[in-house]
Amino acid sequence: MKKYWKSLEEYNGTHFDPGEEDQSGISTFELLSSENNESKTSRRDFLKWCGFSFMSATVLASCESPIKKAIPYLNQPEDITPGMASWYASSFYDGKDFCPILVKVRDGRPIKIEGNKSVMLTHGGTTGRVQASVLSLYDTAGRYHHPFYNGEKTTWEQADRDIAGKLDSARKDIVLLTSTIISPSTQEVINRFKNRYNNFRHVVYDAISYSAIREANLLSFNRREIPFYRFDSAGLIVGFNADFLANWLLPVTYTRQYADSRALRKDKKEMSRHLQFESGMSVTGANADKRFKIKPHEELQILQGTYNILAGNGNGSEPEQAKNLAAEIRKNENKTLIVSGTNDIKVQTLVNAINYMAGSYGNTIDFTNSLNLCQGNDKDLQQLVNDMEAGKISALIVGDANPVYDYPGNGFKNALDKVDLKVSFSSVLNETSELADYILPSPHYLESWDDVAPANGFYGVAQPTIRPLFDTRQMQDSLLKWSDNDLSYKDLIKELWEKQIFTKQNKTGLFTAFWQESLQLGVFTPEIESVNVNISNEALATAGSLQKATVNEGWDLVFYESTALGDGRHANNPWLQELPDPVSKVCWDNFAAISPVDAEVLGVNNGDLIRLFEGVELPVIVQPGQKEKTVSVALGYGRQRSGKVAEGIGVNVFNFVEFKDGYKKYNVSIDQPVKTKAKTDLALTQTHHNMEGRAIVRESVLTAWQNDPASGNELHEFNEAHKATLYPEAKFEGHHWALAVDLNRCIGCSACVIACQAENNVPVIGKREVMRRRIMHWMRIDRYYTGETDNPGVVFQPLMCQHCDNAPCENVCPVAATTHSDEGINQITYNRCVGTKYCINNCPYKVRRFNWFQYSKNKAFDYNMNDDIGRMVLNPDVTVRERGVVEKCSFCVQRIQEVKLKAKLENRKVMDGEIQPACVQACPGKALVFGDLNDPDSEVSKLFKDERNYHVLEEMHLLPSVGYLTKIRNV
Amino acid sequence: MIRSHFKGVLVEGNKTYAEVTRDIALPTETKPSRWWYAAMTLATLALLAGAWALYETFAYGLGTWGINNTVAWGWDIINFVWWIGIGHAGTAFTIFLLIFRQKWASSINRTAEAMTVFAVLCAALFPLLHMGRPWLAFYILPYPNTRGPLWLNYNSPLFWDVLAISTYLLMSITLWYFGMIPDLATIRDRSKSKFKKTIYGIFAMGWSGSAIQYNRYESLNKILGGLAAPLVISVHSIVALDFAVSVIPGWHTTIFPPYFFVGAIFSGFAMVLTIMIMLRKVLKIKDFVTDKHLEFIARVLQFGSLIIGSSYLMEIFIAWYSGVEYEAFTFLHVRASGNFSSDFWIMVLCNAIMPQFFWFKKFRKSLFWLFIISIMINIGMWFERFVIIVSSLSQDFLPANWATYKPTLVDIGLYVGTFGLFMAGMLMFIRFIPIIAINEVKGISKLGYEENKEKE
Repeated sequence: MKKYWKSLEEYNGTHFDPGEEDQSGISTFELLSSENNESKTSRRDFLKWCGFSFMSATVLASCESPIKKAIPYLNQPEDITPGMASWYASSFYDGKDFCPILVKVRDGRPIKIEGNKSVMLTHGGTTGRVQASVLSLYDTAGRYHHPFYNGEKTTWEQADRDIAGKLDSARKDIVLLTSTIISPSTQEVINRFKNRYNNFRHVVYDAISYSAIREANLLSFNRREIPFYRFDSAGLIVGFNADFLANWLLPVTYTRQYADSRALRKDKKEMSRHLQFESGMSVTGANADKRFKIKPHEELQILQGTYNILAGNGNGSEPEQAKNLAAEIRKNENKTLIVSGTNDIKVQTLVNAINYMAGSYGNTIDFTNSLNLCQGNDKDLQQLVNDMEAGKISALIVGDANPVYDYPGNGFKNALDKVDLKVSFSSVLNETSELADYILPSPHYLESWDDVAPANGFYGVAQPTIRPLFDTRQMQDSLLKWSDNDLSYKDLIKELWEKQIFTKQNKTGLFTAFWQESLQLGVFTPEIESVNVNISNEALATAGSLQKATVNEGWDLVFYESTALGDGRHANNPWLQELPDPVSKVCWDNFAAISPVDAEVLGVNNGDLIRLFEGVELPVIVQPGQKEKTVSVALGYGRQRSGKVAEGIGVNVFNFVEFKDGYKKYNVSIDQPVKTKAKTDLALTQTHHNMEGRAIVRESVLTAWQNDPASGNELHEFNEAHKATLYPEAKFEGHHWALAVDLNRCIGCSACVIACQAENNVPVIGKREVMRRRIMHWMRIDRYYTGETDNPGVVFQPLMCQHCDNAPCENVCPVAATTHSDEGINQITYNRCVGTKYCINNCPYKVRRFNWFQYSKNKAFDYNMNDDIGRMVLNPDVTVRERGVVEKCSFCVQRIQEVKLKAKLENRKVMDGEIQPACVQACPGKALVFGDLNDPDSEVSKLFKDERNYHVLEEMHLLPSVGYLTKIRNV
Repeated sequence: MIRSHFKGVLVEGNKTYAEVTRDIALPTETKPSRWWYAAMTLATLALLAGAWALYETFAYGLGTWGINNTVAWGWDIINFVWWIGIGHAGTAFTIFLLIFRQKWASSINRTAEAMTVFAVLCAALFPLLHMGRPWLAFYILPYPNTRGPLWLNYNSPLFWDVLAISTYLLMSITLWYFGMIPDLATIRDRSKSKFKKTIYGIFAMGWSGSAIQYNRYESLNKILGGLAAPLVISVHSIVALDFAVSVIPGWHTTIFPPYFFVGAIFSGFAMVLTIMIMLRKVLKIKDFVTDKHLEFIARVLQFGSLIIGSSYLMEIFIAWYSGVEYEAFTFLHVRASGNFSSDFWIMVLCNAIMPQFFWFKKFRKSLFWLFIISIMINIGMWFERFVIIVSSLSQDFLPANWATYKPTLVDIGLYVGTFGLFMAGMLMFIRFIPIIAINEVKGISKLGYEENKEKE
């Protein structure tokens, strides 16, 4: 029993007088325990111990779930209902890629990007980079939190005063260097700035340059434009080094068009034919019906040959490929589309001429909606660097660009020292800002106002969806301030829209209404006059008289954009770093792809380091389909300053891009690479590339399919006929959810993988863990090679949980943590899972994922889930899984529930197509269709009844709810 | 008294009962020798390694192991099955040799049963450890709860495992303990220290050696033996069902329950042989565990090896005969000639080929070969489980998933730790408990000699 004391003497035991005790009377606590004064343990003690034990048990039991406070709004904001998402239409534009989007905002924080379905340009498709961009918003370590002057924190007021002063006193040129600006309002800001400072000029450049296309069009059509390509109108698609399905210009649009042109239905029995000429295996090349591997110089030879044959000047000495190509083009008059990604004016001039002769203009190529993307001019950039070097530049203002990183060689970095004032506007840490005097952080695009005009006749708005997390200010606001304009950028946008864009329509008479509507829809597409072009004779003549290509029999190094990282501006995004390259299946690294033949010659294998230049060593990937004597290396890696994720990953090869005839050339000739003794481990998510003769991806050719729609899928009929089971077949009374995957529409771009990751709080685990084959992605894209190793066919197969009606995972779980819902979904109860992993073993598709470690709030996995701001991106509708539980695709059950509840409140049935799991929503090719099998009219039901439909491993009678439509090639 | 068909003597030296008691009780009554301390140190070190591995596993998660999303079971389940197999010998020794009236087993079964208990304890660790959230392991028990309709999944072989293993462990301990009551009483009676008397006295449960006690003791032993016999078969058959019930090629085979059972007896006997050869050497019990005993075990192994070998052949035949392409691929390609061929052929060599040398008396009589082959069988049986578990998972249906598996230090640490546990248990056992059933051996110690006397 506790000792109670009344005085210090008593406490110290020095003085204790029972008489005194008597005098003061018996204290209360003693009274209560006085029933048996002899006993040491009193009733009171007993009660106390009871209470103590009970309380400690309660306290200990509650340890596992610490108390978290949810503080309600004191004043409820009008447009926020806790627990309900708000959606804002906006535009994604990062200086290169454009995509109209919807932003899902939960409780004031953007948590998911989706494509804007109402926009015909993209039909709601996205890319992985667009999907992942929401994570960059919360990148605490990769963003600047406040302005810096010479590395020290400064204030905006101070910076404004200083810079304005310095600009005023600038004697020499003031240059604003940005990547392509597609915002009319920003252009207006720059114009105003120019009015204020007459020694000002604006230089636009792109890390991945499309300069030659614009220059060639200037030459051919007198338009320095990039036309709008229509892959859906083309019967013959010919690509030269243009990865138009993953990176080139408008991949989302092109993927949709491409998928539409290749879709086969009962009423559409024809599909386009796709030929691809390239050195390394790109996503686009992997989808081609026929892929030709060529050395970089061969492109010009083939195009010249084709041109000569088509122009009637053929002399029989043309390359074989040119003859075939010319023949195919002749067959597809007015339906041909030739695109080239090579930044070479000769190539582009020829492409224009051939397209013109093939009758593409007006049919598959259109200058009406020509693109405003990629306006960069390589010559201007070179001129700028020369001027900087010559000390002709007083002030260089860099706007959200990173030339120190992506300018070929060290020229820019060295010239930068000779500029008096260097200012960098940047939303993310980058190499250029680190060298600037002033770093003026701009907000993330989800925190900014902006407008976009990516193409003629297409206007979009970008609006903030969250208050800026850090002390940032938009570049446009700064420029306005420095040019003595006191209106904000937002007001300027409205003003400009009222004056210039509002007038392009006559539906709405009131600007406020028009503005509200544009904000709501995200886009405005006025009718514009169509443009027809005629090629100039001069251009045709030029095309005919071009110099012959210089033949390089030696080795070539070819640079390309990786599907995940692009030009590297999003390198610090862990979702993108961990996205396996669709073709090589490598993540967290760039590598040197070489052909199997060369690998043998050099005596190297995957992971061996080869030296390309002095001091540049890269791990080898033996890439089937790679042209011999070429090495392909992805740009966008090797960031020096970017935040913790990307630093030190891979090698920056922008340094080796060359300027040739005023254009950036993305291939260079090199000496034969040298094998080094070193070896590194690559994070591969798939190591076996052969289907071993199993009917996993079923394919056929167009002619066979036209005769028999079940061609290539004969096994399905056999398996259906030989179905046998001892058990009654599962019946689903209400809904029976299912997913159909059209392998003819899937191009393997992996946007769905990132969308799934964003929607379902899938953790990032880092290179080391990926190497141990523990990637957490709920869906993956399996890639198999068919045919010979030197130029194989490639098939992609998205694989997620198949939600088998006879699921093998369900009957082996000892605690019944994984069960079947009465709507056909295989579901995991995370609370119940003890982690025996038996279900993982017994899943024939191996789609189940185990939480090997605690991935959130763990220093060992220092990605977004390890800091408070990074965790803001988490979807509150989806549990963050604890260490030791199994997880997998749930068909986005939270979305199904949401739509069902909505339908119930509106007293109606769920409509077909109303529920879209994240992967389905994100897919730019509409390859995935989700719906209810119990509804015979639903799209998915129809697809399940298609002769092309089959299930992976259907012979096992697992009755998966995911169906695949055979891949048909037009060979 | 039941006579075995065995000719000759089972206990050498024509010992008197007093001599039998003295000889067997000796290790419990003297200070342990140096080798015992050396072995105990080794066991402690191994236990420490295990403790470190355990800490890593509990503190950081199963990610510290080598398993991955394709091969989700690795050394954990291999070691589990291996230890369960080892744990088979004790009960099998007692029960089956009793049924077959093989009296020679009397001098070995105590040790074999001790081995069973410690091996099953080692084995039982792994199902607990291999859980992602071991602190919720109680979910797997059918206890009354407030979770409404949420109950266990009786379809899951893992749940059958829980029941089979816990029953078996309980039964093994019971059988072992009741068998040693008379001997504990003997030590109690011989002991002069009051402390020892008290402790042994408690465990001897007031045994006085009266006829009625012996009568009841014998009946209890028979009943327990009868109960344990089906358990010996069930426990490993159920472990086999963990695999046979799945759909994975290489696991999904009906031959597994008998095949695993025989494999378990096989590996258990091999371990008995290994341990007995060592104990004989250091504990000077050659009179009780004679060369003949070892030869008998060798014969059992030789027979077991034949069954194992034919199971291997049958598996491969069925894989081809069934026409299932995945199964044929696993057996013919992955195992016999592919990534796992070295493991596969080690398994075949150790389990199916080496024991066949026991056809020759020279090998059965040579302590050296007996020891080497017994060790090889232990290794071979470990590889068998490795081949079954890892090769099947590593390359199953969709080639895109194929992944390799490499154990980590933590995996190895846990295995070493269970060795430590096993060794420490066995060392404590030989220190404190008569390793041979004194009361049983007394029943056979005169065998052979009496016959000789009669003849004379």
